[in-house]
Formats: sequence, C-alpha cells, structure tokens
Amino acid sequence: MLRLRMPLFRLLVFAGALLPFALLVMDAFGGRLGPDPGERLTERLGLLAFQCLLVTLFMTPLSRWTGSPVWIRVRRMLGLFAFFYAVLHLLAFLQFVIGWEDLWVAFTKRPYIVFGTIALLLMCPLAITSTRGMMRRLGRSWKPLHRLIYPALVFAWLHFLWQARSDVGEMMAYAVIAIVLLVVRVYWFGWRTLVPLRRA
Amino acid sequence: MLIKKRPSWALNHSEVTPESVFRSRRRFMAGLAATAVAGSLLPRFSVAAPAPVQGQSLPFTPMPDFSTDEEKTPFRDVTHYNNFYEFGTGKEDPSRYAGEMVVDPWSVTVEGECDRPGTYSIDDLVKPLDYEERIYRLRCVEAWSMVIPWIGIPLADLIKRFEPNSRAKYVYFETLQDPEHMRGQRSVFSTIDWPYREGLRMDEAMNELSFMAFGLYGKALPKQNGAPMRLVVPWKYGFKSIKSIVRIRFQETQPETSWNMIAPQEYGFYSNVNPEVDHPRWSQKRERRLPSSLLSTNWIDTRKFNGYGEQVAHLYKGMDLKKYY
Repeated sequence: MLRLRMPLFRLLVFAGALLPFALLVMDAFGGRLGPDPGERLTERLGLLAFQCLLVTLFMTPLSRWTGSPVWIRVRRMLGLFAFFYAVLHLLAFLQFVIGWEDLWVAFTKRPYIVFGTIALLLMCPLAITSTRGMMRRLGRSWKPLHRLIYPALVFAWLHFLWQARSDVGEMMAYAVIAIVLLVVRVYWFGWRTLVPLRRA
Repeated sequence: MLIKKRPSWALNHSEVTPESVFRSRRRFMAGLAATAVAGSLLPRFSVAAPAPVQGQSLPFTPMPDFSTDEEKTPFRDVTHYNNFYEFGTGKEDPSRYAGEMVVDPWSVTVEGECDRPGTYSIDDLVKPLDYEERIYRLRCVEAWSMVIPWIGIPLADLIKRFEPNSRAKYVYFETLQDPEHMRGQRSVFSTIDWPYREGLRMDEAMNELSFMAFGLYGKALPKQNGAPMRLVVPWKYGFKSIKSIVRIRFQETQPETSWNMIAPQEYGFYSNVNPEVDHPRWSQKRERRLPSSLLSTNWIDTRKFNGYGEQVAHLYKGMDLKKYY
C-alpha cells in the first residue's frame, strides 16, 4: 500500500516545495515585487532556503512521532530544495543587490555575508553527496558528513539575525523552532549525534 | 572667458516657467493678498497655508531653484516602499499599518534654548507661511534612492519663529510615541528605544536646503511618509529625515539620535551621504534609483552630499568626514 502512495506523496512534496518558487516567478513577471524587485526577490529566496532547511530537519522528528518512514524518504529532496533556493539567493544577491562589484570586500568584510557564505559552503558537500551512489561510496562516513546541516542552519540563522536592524522578533521565532528541532535530537539520540564529521 | 559652473540642481532654460504664466500667478497671489487684507478686517480670517488634511491637496509654489529635473519616483512607490519602523520593519508595513496612527489633532512641543517655547498646533505652525514644492533626491543608507516632490516650508523659517537663543547649538526632533496605534512600538524584540530621535547642528538646520515637509505630490503627507510633518534633509541619509514630529528642542549639547544609539559604529550623528565612507553592511559607492526592475537594476553612482555639496559642503569645512560620518 505504501508503495502505491509513495510516488504520489513525493510528487506532492515536490510540488509543495516548488510552489513558492512558482509564486515568486509569477510575482516577478506580474510586477508585484515593488519598486525594488531585486532586493525583494533576494530576500524571499533567502528566507525560502532557510525555511526549507527547517522543514528538512522536521522530517526525522515527524517520522518518529508518526512512526512512518515516508518523511525520511522526502528528506533528501527537501534538503536539495534548500540548496536550490540558497544558490538562487546568492545569484540574485550578486546580480541585484551588489551588482558583481567589490566582491572581495563584500565577502570578507561584511559579517552577515560571510555567515551566509559559510552556510552555503557547508551545504555544498551535502548536495554533492546526496545521490545514492555517493551514499554507497561514503558508507559509514555519509551520516557524520551530513550532520553539517546543523552548523549550516546556525550560520544561516546568524546571517539573518545580523541583518535584522531593529526588530529581532521574527528571528527569535525561527530560533525557537530550530532549538526545538535540535533539542529533540539530543533527547532521542544524544548530543554526539549533532556533531558533524565524527563517527558516533 | 568666464565659465560659470551650472549648479547640479539647475534646470534647463526650456523648463523655466514662461513669464506670462509666472506673472499670472503673481497677479493671482496679489489678488489673494488683497483678499487677505480685506479679510483681516473680518474677525479671524486667513488665506495662508492651510493645515494638511489626509488625502487633500495643498496650495504651493514650485521652487525650480531647489528642484532636480531627474525623473520622479512614482507616487505609488514613494508611498508603498517606506522605512517607518514604528509600523514594522518591512517596506510595506508602513503603508499597511500607518492608517492606525492618529494625526488630527496634532501638536508640537517646542522647548529648550529658545524665547518662544510652547505647544503649537499644526495650524499655528503653518499659518504664517506659504508652501513650496521642492523636488529632492532621497538617498537611503540601504543604497537605494528616490526623487520626491515635497510640499513644505524651509526649516529655517519655522525655526526663526521660535527665536532660538545663543545657547541653541543643536536642534533635536522626536517622533510620536503611541504604541496603541503604532504596532512596531509594541514589539518586545525591538532594539529601538522609542521614541525615535534625530537631530541637526543649528547651522545644518538653518541651511537653505533643510525643509519641513507637510505634503508630497501636491497632497498632504500620507501617514506612512510621516504625516502630518516630517523633516527633509536631502544631503543626509534618509533616516535623518525624521517623520511625524511631535517635539522640537533647542539644546547646547549634541542630541542623542536613535540609530546612533543602537549602532554608533554604523550610524554617525552627521550621516552625510558619502560614497567614500562605507557602511559596514552596504557599500555606499552606488545606489539603486527606484523604481528599479529585474531587467535593469538602475544603478547610479552615489554623489558626495547626495549631489548637494554646493549648498552644504561649507558646513563641514575642516572636518574629517571619515571620522565624523
């Protein structure tokens, strides 16, 4: 029964994760991104990447709570969506916000950009090793490597926090969600399972 | 040969109002004045600047000498892309929520080193003066800019009426504090210590460019743009142009200003537009002139003092602008 439902479920998740992108493209073509559309586009892509990261991290607790493995089977796809949105976010930032100028200064001197860059760099090996073949090849190292998602999440959050200029309420809400997601893991699996690159 | 440098804000001759039109306006104004004289015989009658009323037009005289001929940012964008953190930190929050603010009646408390302190209603403030229209550039510290036709009065004319004394070295401004109607002020996560505060050195305030706006695009200021009255200092980053002012204080010491209180290494007291001094988060060398689009971002080079150096550079003679940013 699960076999029948799985492709449909995956398709739904795929559509759900792509929907915000479709809406964004429609807003862009419909001129609904305001007078500074590049900035808005960049912001929304960045937020989508961060939200996808959180949703990805929800899959393990969900499968435990529901006792169903379907969540784990869409986890990789969601993680790749986070990467997809993060890459688009970076490209939009370069194209619309800093205009490909002063790149060295921007990426070394401005802490919020540095944090965002680190988050994206941490996600790169995860995206590259997300295929079944790579999973097989890495064997027991695969899981510790993919725990890099935790520092990526922290750096992405700092990247947002550093930009919050006067009101950090939204970032605090995200922090609560992120902390809950990390704490349940510590509770279930021990804190060692949060440490990346080390075989537990 | 004498080469006269055209000031940056100067218009072409083709754009000068024809004399006949100018004269007809003069006649009109003279007519008004005559009516005023006649009117003054009647009890309490005035034809001077009316107090701004939301959504209503204001009478004004265009001031081409104080206006740029650059393309104006459309009304919709000027009124739907705002930083007014009293209503939230999103650019659309002010247009969405500023409607909750009460702007009528409105009074301004004038205090400190001046001979005419007191509480003035908005009618008191505008009545003896005439509105001008000045089309200024507005450069935000976030590296975007607009061109906005403001309606208002020279700040110097307003200040003179309060008769500041010789100890008045600075002028301090304060925005309304009303958490009940300003949702941004209710947020417990806000780092701004409300009310929002700004200030100018006295000679900056008395500069011919400093302007108190009561309207834009010929109408009373929309609430999200700082109704009913806001400062406009076009050679400084936008956050210096404080909105919805309720308090003006003349003081001997440099006032505390909100952004400087939050992050002094990022926002100086002066905050003059200066492409040579980078903000830690944004390069200030260029700006996106709004509206921009995805196909053309509309980058332009940022000019020192936002292109108003001719009028204001002398105020900072001998000052190290890298230190006093």
